[in-house]
Amino acid sequence: MELFMSLAVGILFAVGVYLILSKSLLRIVLGTSLLTHGVHLLLLTMSRLKAGSAPLLGEGAERYTDPLPQALILTSIVISFGVTSLFFVLAYQTYKKLGTDDMEQLRGQEHE
Amino acid sequence: MIFIVVFFPFLLAALLPLLSRLFGRVHAGWLALPAPALLLIYFASLLPEVSGGKAVEASLPWMPSLDIRFDLAVDGLGMLFALLIGGIGVLVTLYSVFYLDRNKEALTRFYVCLLLFMGAMLGVVLSDHLIALYAFWELTSVSSFLLIAFWHHRQQSRDGAMKSMLITVLGGLSMLAGFLLLYLQTGTFSIRETIALAPGLPGHSLFVPAMLLILLGAFTKSAQFPFHIWLPDAMEAPTPVSAYLHSATMVKAGLYLAARMTPVFAGQAVWYTMLIGAGLLTLFYGSFRAFKQTDLKALLAYSTISQLGLIMALIGLGSVHSGSEGGLESMLSAAALAAAILHLVNHAAFKGTLFMAVGIVDHETGTRDIRKLGGLMALMPVTFTISLLGALSMAGVPPFGGYISKELFFASALDAWRHGLPLRTPVVLVPLVAWLGSVFTFAYSLRFILRTFGGRESGRLERRPHEAPAGLLLPPAVLGAAALLLGLAPGLTASPLVAPALASIHPAAAEAEMHFTLWHGLTTEVWMTAGVFALGTGIFFLQRRAALLRDPLPAPVTLNGLYGGVLGGMDRAGRRLTSLYMTGSLRHYTMYLFGFLILALAATAAATGGIAISLKGLAPVTVYEAVILTALIAAAAAVPFARSRLMAIILTGAVGYMVVLFFVVFRAPDLALTQIIVETVSVTLFLLCFYHLPALKRDRESLRFRLPNFIIALGVGAVMTLIALAAFSGRSFESISDYYLKESYRLAGGKNVVNVILVDFRGFDTMLEIVVLGVAAFAIYALIRLRLPQDEPREGADAREKEFRLVYEDVRSNDVILRTLAKVIIFIILTFSLYLLFAGHHEPGGGFIGALMTSSALVLLSMAFGIKTVREAMPVDFRLMAAAGIGVAVLTGVGSIVLGVPFLSHTFGYVDLPVFGKNELATAVIFDLGVYMTVVGITMTIILAIGRDK
Repeated sequence: MELFMSLAVGILFAVGVYLILSKSLLRIVLGTSLLTHGVHLLLLTMSRLKAGSAPLLGEGAERYTDPLPQALILTSIVISFGVTSLFFVLAYQTYKKLGTDDMEQLRGQEHE
Repeated sequence: MIFIVVFFPFLLAALLPLLSRLFGRVHAGWLALPAPALLLIYFASLLPEVSGGKAVEASLPWMPSLDIRFDLAVDGLGMLFALLIGGIGVLVTLYSVFYLDRNKEALTRFYVCLLLFMGAMLGVVLSDHLIALYAFWELTSVSSFLLIAFWHHRQQSRDGAMKSMLITVLGGLSMLAGFLLLYLQTGTFSIRETIALAPGLPGHSLFVPAMLLILLGAFTKSAQFPFHIWLPDAMEAPTPVSAYLHSATMVKAGLYLAARMTPVFAGQAVWYTMLIGAGLLTLFYGSFRAFKQTDLKALLAYSTISQLGLIMALIGLGSVHSGSEGGLESMLSAAALAAAILHLVNHAAFKGTLFMAVGIVDHETGTRDIRKLGGLMALMPVTFTISLLGALSMAGVPPFGGYISKELFFASALDAWRHGLPLRTPVVLVPLVAWLGSVFTFAYSLRFILRTFGGRESGRLERRPHEAPAGLLLPPAVLGAAALLLGLAPGLTASPLVAPALASIHPAAAEAEMHFTLWHGLTTEVWMTAGVFALGTGIFFLQRRAALLRDPLPAPVTLNGLYGGVLGGMDRAGRRLTSLYMTGSLRHYTMYLFGFLILALAATAAATGGIAISLKGLAPVTVYEAVILTALIAAAAAVPFARSRLMAIILTGAVGYMVVLFFVVFRAPDLALTQIIVETVSVTLFLLCFYHLPALKRDRESLRFRLPNFIIALGVGAVMTLIALAAFSGRSFESISDYYLKESYRLAGGKNVVNVILVDFRGFDTMLEIVVLGVAAFAIYALIRLRLPQDEPREGADAREKEFRLVYEDVRSNDVILRTLAKVIIFIILTFSLYLLFAGHHEPGGGFIGALMTSSALVLLSMAFGIKTVREAMPVDFRLMAAAGIGVAVLTGVGSIVLGVPFLSHTFGYVDLPVFGKNELATAVIFDLGVYMTVVGITMTIILAIGRDK
């Protein structure tokens, strides 16, 4: 399973980066979203999958899965929610003010 | 005590802004005056001790781990300079009080810089530690920069300041490199220890490089040809600064360095050849250029350059023989060094006088142009007398101090010729150039006096000048009197000042006689002086006729042109290079980042022996997982091909939900809960925002645009796959997770380990995390609510605004079923969210999840009934709620400090509550409540801000 997950991580990263490099603001924001998903799965895969039961001590299980990546991912999900919201609004306001969502048209002027 | 004195100028500089506010009606110069006065008194009180050959020492640790200390040693040389700094400092400060108008100038800034310089200069001459010396040295450059640019609204001031800064700091850096090379040979930064080790150094391969680098420092600071170009431009500074820094003290730092290093490098052919060569060249060039200047300050600037050259040459003549061997040679060396020191004192006296006199002329007439001046003798008799004192000493006329040191200079130059110095160039050039330089010195001194004060009034002055007030006249009068006294009673300086200074740099000083007298009999020197007077006068009168003596020489390449060219060229080249890669396109920058990521990760992987992939003990793949995986990959891969915005958003959402399913499969219930809510809220937000963005144009991008993107994306994907493979294959370190699993319940009283990590073990992280979220929320709020004034009148903006307004009024469902159901469901969701919040310590849940759940309930409400209804039904200021949440979280942490345990330590206990039975109460829950409030506040701020934007 880890092998396939690694592949999925790679695909998520590749698609995410490809979208981030495109011209449209919408694609860029969606790309960061996909990138975040990739990171989460990467973190999860790092400590092996399904190595035990959920890290709830009430279960009384023999082995638990690694709680650390989960804590990291939980933090990351919430942060990326904030960041993505900011991106949304930034993209939306940019378009509203400047009338374009094309990154190539938004590039800085020379000798500013 | 000595440290208090040395740091007193710095201390006063720091306090001056406060003091000048307290004593607002006093000229800030009076407040600064105690610093130089204290220096003068203190070092004068040390005089008997130091003259007796005993150095006063003190040491203060600075960076002990690097063997860097503030080592101070007041020996004869340092004492001489310290007295100059204090003495001339007092006079210049006094002078500036009357020179600078209290109502027009930024006096506090001026005196802060001046005091800064004073302290720095004192540090340079008293440091026995090379690194400390360097630090103070650079500080003099910086404070000089600030003072030259004092009238910073003027372009020339800024350019002059920049030039002096660039050249002297370049020299300072080179000097530092020289010091470090010396350190490599000696293993000590102490100057006196270095001198003690000096005899063993010359064979070392780094010895000559170190010497040359240090020389560069000395030459740039003391404005030796061809580095002199900064000094004339530094005349843009207010005249008190020119009098103090650029004639009497700072420019002498280079001479100080050369003199201080003489015991280390004396006897080395490279050392003295460079010193004599540069010194004589500068002497002649400076005096020749000074003669042609029409601006009085420029004349004095070139004169200073020339005089610095003279002293530099004397130091060179004095370091031909190290002096340790004794005999005639070392006597001659000592005599030359003594002459150097004496002339240094003389120069400080007469040049300070002249600068201040020029300041007065400028102040009273409004010009320094020699062509407009003339006949001031009758109008300003006192200024004339003072100027005459300075100018005669500068010209080397008896019975002034300048005459004595100039005679000694001739004597040393002649001795060098007679006794056949081991120089490569014809030695006869030494007295010859010295003599020629003096001829021009005499000529420009004559010109200075006669053109300014002699002759008739030119009638080109804007106003009729008057004699200056006494306060302006007193300081130059004191210095002018000193210039005369130095000649009339040379013994006054010889034994208490010059002899100890000489003793600290020359071993044969004790045997050298200080025969400073006005009359030696009819020696060659006297005939040379007579020749100087005759030829100098002749040249002065020839000037009007000979273009060579009047106009600038035509030169295809000037030094200033070269400086400007190099600077401009560097500027242009830098701009061109930068614009090669700083294209203004964010896409390019992102490509650099990802490109670097690929290279860095791949290179690290290759360097650490590649990636070991172990396939042992992998989890089996079930059909269910295979289906999720396929769906995930398919959805992700389809996003770039989506034709409509809606499709792209939904596909991204699908990826998110697949990730949720994976969280479920991989035993991460907290993550699954969080992600599913976030995903739902996100998609809602996406749809809200991107409703208006233009439709996706898939085929807009050319292949040339897409191919590099594709390659980089593929590279990142491949590298990340490798990282994932390597990461699960092996561990470099023992994981801390086992500790968390073992101790979670015992230490924190929680059974949900993920939640315990978040609120307890790593509570500090979480606290800062919600702060980050808060920042994001307020940024969003500001983005939407802030209207910049200049944005308003934009063409087309109004039309777009209208379009948005229409859309937003429609964000409200008309679906009756939704509205009916929402009323019921909303309470179930809210109750569940509270359960999640409080259960989080043991079961899946927690502040984050509960808060997101609450928010999603509110989102549902606003979709069903409209945002306006929600705002009316819940008149809560969500921004305040977010802030309150952060406050609660922080207070929980602070509470633990009050109880005497580290910040954010949680405790827990079991309490029997009346209705609920035995329950666990943990402070962690309060912290989690803070998180909950913050996240609800933030999420709702975001959603309401976006939704309300009309």
